[in-house]
Amino acid sequence: MIEVVLKKRRGAFTLDVAFRTADPEMSSPGVIALFGPSGCGKTTTVHAISGLLRPDAGIVRIGDATLFDSMRGIDVPAERRRIGYVFQDARLFPHLDVLKNLRYGANRAREEGPRIDFDEIVDLLGLGPLLARRPRRLSGGERQRVALGRALLCRPRLLLLDEPLASLDVARRAELLPYLERLRDRLSVPMIYVSHQFEEVLRLATHVVLLEAGRVVAEGDVTAVSIAPELRAAIGSDALGAVVEGEIEAVDSAAGLARLKVGTGRLMIQADELSAGRRVRVQLLARDLILGVEPPRGLSVRNCLEGTIVRLAPDAARTHLVEIDIGGPRLIAQVTTSASAELDLRVGRRLWVLVKTVSLRGHVYPALGAHPAPRNAESREATARTTEM
Amino acid sequence: MLLSPAEWEAFRLSLAIALRSVAMSLPLAVAIAWLLARRRFPGRTLFDAFVHLPLVLPPVAVGYVLLLLFGIHGPLGAWLDRSFGVRLAFTTDGAALATAVMSFPLMVRAMRLSLESVDPGLEEAARTLGAGPLDRFATVTLPLMMPGVLAGLVTAFAAGLGEFGAVITFASNIPGETRTLPLALYTALQTPNGDAEAARLAAVSFALGLAGLAISELLARRLWRRMAEPA
Repeated sequence: MIEVVLKKRRGAFTLDVAFRTADPEMSSPGVIALFGPSGCGKTTTVHAISGLLRPDAGIVRIGDATLFDSMRGIDVPAERRRIGYVFQDARLFPHLDVLKNLRYGANRAREEGPRIDFDEIVDLLGLGPLLARRPRRLSGGERQRVALGRALLCRPRLLLLDEPLASLDVARRAELLPYLERLRDRLSVPMIYVSHQFEEVLRLATHVVLLEAGRVVAEGDVTAVSIAPELRAAIGSDALGAVVEGEIEAVDSAAGLARLKVGTGRLMIQADELSAGRRVRVQLLARDLILGVEPPRGLSVRNCLEGTIVRLAPDAARTHLVEIDIGGPRLIAQVTTSASAELDLRVGRRLWVLVKTVSLRGHVYPALGAHPAPRNAESREATARTTEM
Repeated sequence: MLLSPAEWEAFRLSLAIALRSVAMSLPLAVAIAWLLARRRFPGRTLFDAFVHLPLVLPPVAVGYVLLLLFGIHGPLGAWLDRSFGVRLAFTTDGAALATAVMSFPLMVRAMRLSLESVDPGLEEAARTLGAGPLDRFATVTLPLMMPGVLAGLVTAFAAGLGEFGAVITFASNIPGETRTLPLALYTALQTPNGDAEAARLAAVSFALGLAGLAISELLARRLWRRMAEPA
């Protein structure tokens, strides 16, 4: 369990955040994403969690360890918190080679904490060829990988990642993301991931905390936050789209399609590397959805999901946002006000949601648990979960 | 080179006094450089000015203040004499103290400049990796500010070789005790037919200064290379 309550005044800026997560029922302890625009207090929050910044008041509790509690006068110094921190700018020690950078944290690690094997980390992050090099001779992506390894090797109870991809170009980002996914799925270290790119959140997070101007405006799992009205304010209607998760039921490799069960319906997605049984996460962009008030016929669209309107709200620029329950999961669609009036959309109305399989391309992500279970699972729960898989 | 025994004595004394002054101010200089570069405290500006005072004061004035404080009848001098039997005024130790005080700001300045160029973010990173205050200073801050430490040491040593005013005021001009190269040179100039001796002493000072500068340049270059290149 992670519990964070922080209050901090810094000039005109006031940070006032609180969030907590229970242990998710998954093979990995999960990733909390702190998401929000620049200057909303994300970095200040992780700084305070790490102990590098002292909040005016609050609580930081990870598992059964209380690291900060202003009421009880507890303030464990940063060097004894065992919280790994991957900074935006890597912050590798320039006078040490990669091996010594990695050993720096490892040499100071305590006996307690998750067992992290040096060779496994080097292997997972592909650091082998870099060990003898100096940080100056590494690319941006390589530096972040070393920083990740260094933070993990101090056997942290929590890993903080402060926009580790922000200083990288698009190609490097794409290169680093799979490493992060692997770490998330194979190590039993919970992570707090700071980002202002919703796509990173989609790929990595199990729990999302949406921040705005120093406050938490929405919180929950990715599917819930993806349809929160507050998210629209943060990312705009164009990027808005409900996220659904589901297991692949069947794969038609000849057609290159996979069938995904979503609520009471089915979704066809283009899938080259997917196999039945894998869990995936799909984002259906609000502006890609087509609504029909009767069952459609004679269309090329592969996906038709039946549902009920649960909310209808005006959006900017003469459009409406329609929230539809499709038997559990919810979708969000953007339609023009005139279409909304013509179809007589209102709460409680039954309708059919159409989405082209092609428009889902690029919006399918592996869901948590899609990778093999942790090799080093220490806790009993983790072992039990492993045997289930 | 053909130096008289007295001239050798002055040469040796200069080296010994400069070395001792550098050794005694090194730890304090590192501490004060760190304080000035990394800490914010009330009176910091005033403290900064005080540390730099010897740079702008006439050396004779510094020697005089030392004499007032550390003379046999001065408050600190009397206490040292009574408690430890240590006398500083008119001794080699005193000459080293006067030299240390004069070259102290040079040392602090060099160290502080290089400390200010060390990214505090690296110290934060070391902290999150489990390093306590002394640990991170020794393993991150100090190695990264090493070029400045060495530059400070060499500059202070070179300047210490030539310290005149403060030494002659506080420690006097005693052959074999406090008569360093510049003092011997001055004495030679005051002596009839001392021109040849003065020339020799000037040449020695010149050579020492050049050697000091060359060594400091070499050390700095080596350090930078070590930091930039793979091991």
